Amino acid sequence: MTYRNPPTTPRKSATFDDYTLSEIRRAAATGIYDIRGAGAKRKLPHFDDLLFLGASISRYPLEGYRERCDTSVVLGSRYAKKPIELKIPITIAGMSFGSLSGPAKEALGRGATLSGTSTTTGDGGMTEEERGHSKTLIYQYLPSRYGMNPRDLRRADAIEVVVGQGAKPGGGGMLLGQKISDRVAEMRTLPKGIDQRSASRHPDWTGPDDLEIKILELREITDWEKPIYVKVGGARPYYDTALAVKSGADVVVVDGMQGGTAATQEVFIENVGQPTLACIRPAVQALQDLGMHRKVQLIVSGGIRNGADVAKALALGVDAVSIGTAALVALGDNDPRWEAEYNELGTTAGAYDDWHEGRDPAGITTQDPELMKRVDPIAAGRRLANYLKVMTLEAQTIARACGKNSLHNLEPEDLVALTIEAAAMAGVPLAGTNWIPGKNGF
Amino acid sequence: MPAINLSKAGREQSHASRVFDLAEMSLRELNQALHDLAPGSNETAWEVLHPRGSHSVAVGVDQPVAIDVRGSVGYYCGGMNDGGTITVHGSAGPGVGENMMSGQIIVKGDASQYAGATGRGGLLVIEGNASSRCGISMKGIDIVVHGNIGHMSAFMAQSGNLVVLGDAGDALGDSIYEARLFVRGKVESLGADCIAKEMRPEYLELLQGLLDRAGVTGVKAAEFKRYGSARTLYNFNIDNADAY
Repeated sequence: MTYRNPPTTPRKSATFDDYTLSEIRRAAATGIYDIRGAGAKRKLPHFDDLLFLGASISRYPLEGYRERCDTSVVLGSRYAKKPIELKIPITIAGMSFGSLSGPAKEALGRGATLSGTSTTTGDGGMTEEERGHSKTLIYQYLPSRYGMNPRDLRRADAIEVVVGQGAKPGGGGMLLGQKISDRVAEMRTLPKGIDQRSASRHPDWTGPDDLEIKILELREITDWEKPIYVKVGGARPYYDTALAVKSGADVVVVDGMQGGTAATQEVFIENVGQPTLACIRPAVQALQDLGMHRKVQLIVSGGIRNGADVAKALALGVDAVSIGTAALVALGDNDPRWEAEYNELGTTAGAYDDWHEGRDPAGITTQDPELMKRVDPIAAGRRLANYLKVMTLEAQTIARACGKNSLHNLEPEDLVALTIEAAAMAGVPLAGTNWIPGKNGF
Repeated sequence: MPAINLSKAGREQSHASRVFDLAEMSLRELNQALHDLAPGSNETAWEVLHPRGSHSVAVGVDQPVAIDVRGSVGYYCGGMNDGGTITVHGSAGPGVGENMMSGQIIVKGDASQYAGATGRGGLLVIEGNASSRCGISMKGIDIVVHGNIGHMSAFMAQSGNLVVLGDAGDALGDSIYEARLFVRGKVESLGADCIAKEMRPEYLELLQGLLDRAGVTGVKAAEFKRYGSARTLYNFNIDNADAY
C-alpha cells in the first residue's frame, strides 16, 4: 500500500477573494471602471455594534402602551420664518427624478405625507408628481443646478444646499445615456441619450465664506421663509458641520458612506468617506462646541434600516435621520418576486445595484415606460408609510424602555458598544466596562 | 468707469423712480419691496443708491421692472432674475445674473467670476471685462462681453450663446455641451471637447441679432469665430480617458 501525502483543502486567498478576482477579470475585459448604484457594501462598524441598556433599578421605564413618547421634531428654527414641523424624525433623502421614475417619486411623496414627514428632490429638478404629493418637500440646490428656478425655490418648504453625499464625498453625479429620456433631457437642458456628468463643485461659490454669501442670496430670494439645510458627505464631519453652521445653515445633513447613490464608481463608493457611525459624534461635538446643539438641527443618513438605528442615532445627539435605500426597498426595490428577471440581468434579488442602467425589474430606478408601470404609486406609498410607522414604533419602544418620554431625550448614556471600534467611534463605553477608547488618555 | 452717479442730471432723470438708498435702508427691505410687486404694478422704475458692494442686490426679481443700481455690487446681483432689467452703473462681484431666467442685466463696468453661471434665459451684457468661469454651466442664457473673459469660461456650458468681443482665457468651453461660443479676439486655449466650428450664415444672423440686442455698434458678426462641442465626450469611451 503506497502512502499518499494527506491532501490540503484548496484554499482561496482572503486578499484575492472571488469578488476581487471577478473584478480584475471584468476590468481587463472592458477597460472601464465598475459603475453601480447604492452605498458601501463592505462590512463596517454600524449601529448593530451598539446596544441600549434599558431601565433598571437606577432608571425606570415608561409604560409601553400608555405613556406618551413624543416623536415630533422641528427643523430650521434658527433663521427661517417657516420652520419644518415633522411628526416623526425620519425623513426621505434626496433622490433625483431621472435616477428614479416618476411613479417612484410620487410614491415617496405619498408615503412621506401619510407619515407626517418630508421628502426631498434630487439632481434633476422638481417634478409635479413630487410637489403635488408631498406635503413637505425639500428642494435640493446642487452643483449641476438642473431644473433650478426661482418658482420651484419658492414653492419648496425648505432648501438643501448639497455640498456632497456619503456615497461619494468629492464626486459629482452621473446619469448614463440609457436613462436620459426626452423628459429627463428637457428638465436637465441636455441632449437625449448622452452620458451626463454632474459637476462635483458648485459653479458659483467655493469655500465657507462664499457659502455664507450664497445662503444669504437664497434667503433673500425666498424672503427668509425657508429653512436652509446644508448637506455634506461623511468626510470631515467636525469641520464640515462647524463650517456649515458658520455659513448660516439652519440644518446640517451628514451622510455616511453607506448612503446610496444612483450611480458612481464602485471604487469611490467603497473607498472614500467615513461610516455613518463614525460621523455622528464629531458632528454633534462641533454643534456642542459652538453652543448650537439643538439650535441648528442635525440630520444623519446612510444605512438607517429600523427603529433601533433611529433610536441609536438620536441617542448620539442627532435630531432626525434620513432614509433613501430603505425607502426604495419599501417601495419594492430588489423584491424577490422579480428574481427571474434579476437572474437575466446576471444578479439576484438583494444584490441588484445596476441602477444606472435603467433596466430595474421593480420599475423604480428606470425611465422605461413599461417597467415604471410596475410601481403603483398609491400602494407603494402606503408600504412606505407602513414601514415608517413600524420604524417609529420600534424607536418609541426602545425610548420608553429607557424611560424617555421623547425620542430626543435618548442620550449616549443609554448606550454601550459591542466592539472597541464602535465604542471609539460612538464615544460610548465598551459593554461590560467603563472604557471609552480615546477618552481619558486611553 | 462710472462710479456712483449722483449728479444733478442723473437725479432729475430718475424723479419718477422709486428710490432705495442702501445707506439708509436694508437689503432685506429692498428685495422684499421688489418681491411684493404685484403683476402689472405701475412701479416699473427703481433706483438703488449706495450699493457699496452689497451682495444679493435685486435677487429673485420676477416682474418686468427696470432697476438702476448706482454703484458697484458684490456677489450675485440680479440672481435668478426673471423679467427685470437691471443696470449696474459700476462693477459686479462674482455670480452676477446667476441662474437668470429672463430679462436683462447690464453691467457698465467689469464683472468678477462666474458671471451668468447656470443662466437659463435673458441677456447679460458686460460692458467691461469678465473674469474666469464666465457662463459656467450656462443653460440657455445669452451673454455678451464687450471686453475679455478669463479662464475656464463656459465650462460645461449646456445651452445658450456667449459672445466675447475681446479675448478668451485658457480652457474655453471645457466639457461643453450645446452652448455656442463666439469670440472676436484670440483664445488662449480650448478646453476638452471644445473645437472651432464653421461660421455658417445662420450663426452670422444669430450673432448679429445678439450684438444688436446688446447695443454693440461698429463690430461685424463676420469678425468672430465660433466654438462649440466636438461631442466626442458625450458617451463615455475608455479611449478618451486622457481627455478627462
